[in-house]
Amino acid sequence: MAVIDYISAIRLAMKEEMEQDEDVFVLGEDVGVKGGVFTTTKGLLEQFGEMRALDTPLSESAIAGVAIGAAMYGMKPIAEMQYSDFMFPATNQIISEAAKIRYRSNNDWNCPVVIRAPIGGGIFGGLYHSQCPESVFFGTPGLKIVAPYRPYDAKGLLKAAVRDPDPVIYFENKKCYKMIEGEVPEHDYTVPIGEANLLREGDDITVIGYSLPLYFIEQAAAELAEEGISAHVLDLRTLQPLDKNAILEAVRKTGKVLIVHEDNKTGGIGAEVSAIIAEELLYELDAPIMRLCGPDVPAMPINPPGEKNFMLNKEKVKEAMRNLALY
Amino acid sequence: MKPVVEIVIPQLAESLVSATIDKWLKQPGDRIEIYEPICELITDKVSAELPSTISGTLVKILVGNGETVPVGTPVCLVEADSAPQGESEAAAPSATEESSQAASSSELGHSMRNRYSPAVQQLAAEHGVDLSGIAGTGLGGRITRKDVLAYVAGKGTRSANAPIAAPGTQSPQQVRSTGLHLSNEPAIPTIETQGSPIPGRGEYFIDVSPVRNTIARNMSQSATEIPQGWMMIEVDVTNLVVLRNKVKDEFMKREGINLTYLAFVLKAVVNAIKDFPMMNSMWAVDKIIVKRDINISLAVGTEESVATPVIKNADHKTIAGLAREIDDLARRGREGKLTLADMTGGTFTVNNTGSFGSIVTKPIINYPQAAIITFESIVKRPVVINDMIAVRSMANLCLSLDHRILDGVICGRFMQRVKDNLESYSLDTQLY
Repeated sequence: MAVIDYISAIRLAMKEEMEQDEDVFVLGEDVGVKGGVFTTTKGLLEQFGEMRALDTPLSESAIAGVAIGAAMYGMKPIAEMQYSDFMFPATNQIISEAAKIRYRSNNDWNCPVVIRAPIGGGIFGGLYHSQCPESVFFGTPGLKIVAPYRPYDAKGLLKAAVRDPDPVIYFENKKCYKMIEGEVPEHDYTVPIGEANLLREGDDITVIGYSLPLYFIEQAAAELAEEGISAHVLDLRTLQPLDKNAILEAVRKTGKVLIVHEDNKTGGIGAEVSAIIAEELLYELDAPIMRLCGPDVPAMPINPPGEKNFMLNKEKVKEAMRNLALY
Repeated sequence: MKPVVEIVIPQLAESLVSATIDKWLKQPGDRIEIYEPICELITDKVSAELPSTISGTLVKILVGNGETVPVGTPVCLVEADSAPQGESEAAAPSATEESSQAASSSELGHSMRNRYSPAVQQLAAEHGVDLSGIAGTGLGGRITRKDVLAYVAGKGTRSANAPIAAPGTQSPQQVRSTGLHLSNEPAIPTIETQGSPIPGRGEYFIDVSPVRNTIARNMSQSATEIPQGWMMIEVDVTNLVVLRNKVKDEFMKREGINLTYLAFVLKAVVNAIKDFPMMNSMWAVDKIIVKRDINISLAVGTEESVATPVIKNADHKTIAGLAREIDDLARRGREGKLTLADMTGGTFTVNNTGSFGSIVTKPIINYPQAAIITFESIVKRPVVINDMIAVRSMANLCLSLDHRILDGVICGRFMQRVKDNLESYSLDTQLY
């Protein structure tokens, strides 16, 4: 098995799906000739031609609209939002059209579209290149949302998303692109949408997260193990639908839970996860449910100390985990 | 003593995680000014010089030429000229913070000793454990779940009591997905279906369809707002009958559609409207709006409803053209395929009531038009012509008029003109 980085896993998934299925194509800003601003779609134009790697105008609403229309007509488009920050002009298309068409047409129509969007900060991107918009789309029935952390899941979930008969939003973390490496099988496999994954077993505290913060969690958990604190770490992988059974099982293991994400605290994924735990597991909790999230401020600061303060890191996560363990 | 400061690899570009030292520009012992380049870096995005963040003397190189290290790694040590102010300031409060934290946790003492979490209480009940006998290792002396588990494991025996199954552990597979009473399937509301009989009653209800509702509203508005006058004339259409009988088969062969009397009637009406434009108007309270375009609304009935699709610019069309339009609108009307565009813009309505056998009708004006005319059944009747009795094909035309706009004289003249037009059809009449 080859060790490749996160962005290569995403690229490989698209390449394989396009080779296997002629209906699959990519579209977005600079995805063709340039191969994507992050090089995610590099080589696709050369291999599959300009009819399957479409350079679009700077109009996210049009990208999503074209992709949704093509999907309803039987194609399997992968639409790229260059940064998830630019995704908001397409929200109406995604939430009002893609998410609802199956219901609205009484099952006559479906929309197998994938919308890829890079999320997250820590790259000196400031307010227009750092946002985590999960909470905007979360809680929209009809949408599936995935946010992989490991390269293995990045490939497997993207392939599953392409094959899914309904709209899937694929939130990839741009900070993970080159930083996270891992073993990725060269053969064809998918990671089922809706299943969480246990990254680490432990019995003192349970930590639940998704995307980049899991990198800090894994580092902190390794260091805390030397202090005698063992952490049970769950990677949600899919945000919608949440793997409720896996969440409850992981929390039941220790009775103490910390939920971590970079999106801000209020109304985030963590709020829903903690509500599920509170609804189902009150009598098995040994400590208050805790959350460590981005602050409730309007935007990621562009100045380096401000950005550092906003972002999660190993130290912040480790401190929160230790506090919970000591409770 | 002068402080020694680390210089680290900065974040040079988005998504950059590591950099390679290409070449050191300074060697240990060299004097360095702030912002002066100390080494060259290569990354997969950019090549750049690394500027010093401080003035001083290079003490030690930590990362050699050609080595690749993650962003944030110290690459060298620099002995600073003076103590960097920021760092000492930053260090001081963090020390006090830690001490205050330590103080607060010791202040807590055993305040949490008797606060039991739900998990602890459940475990204690399950194993019949007296919590007062367990030492707490948690915050403020709190007894944690693990403390209870350790205590139970240490005792090695379980209480004779059967474990009390907890509500949460009974059915781990059943997870709520929505709403409050989540184990129940959502109830399907019972809706009374259309036309369903109510037991024990001699009547039943039919829901008002949107179409029926529209008809009701328009008719009520017309009947209540417009003071409607009515008149009728009879027309001798014998020549028309002869004409139509002569050409209709040929027309059917040529055009593929039926040549109806209605096409001739429409032509006669439209030509009369041209002479009396007031018929083609509407009441607007302080003025009367006279329409230049003659767009004829044609009443098309089905079993359940009636629609009034419009023949636009009917005065530009020949009899054959009108026949084609009538055929198209009537067919689409019965198939329910008329669009909103088909229904709008009418200025005068014609209703072929004769098609369902009526000989006299009192039509209600198609609001907000000024008048509506009906063409009744053609019947053969004995008629006196030049003091002689003859058998002629006769038909009635009925007109309802908006008496705010139109009066008897003008309508009488209009009807006379329609009559003249209909009676002047002959075998010489051009269809095209």
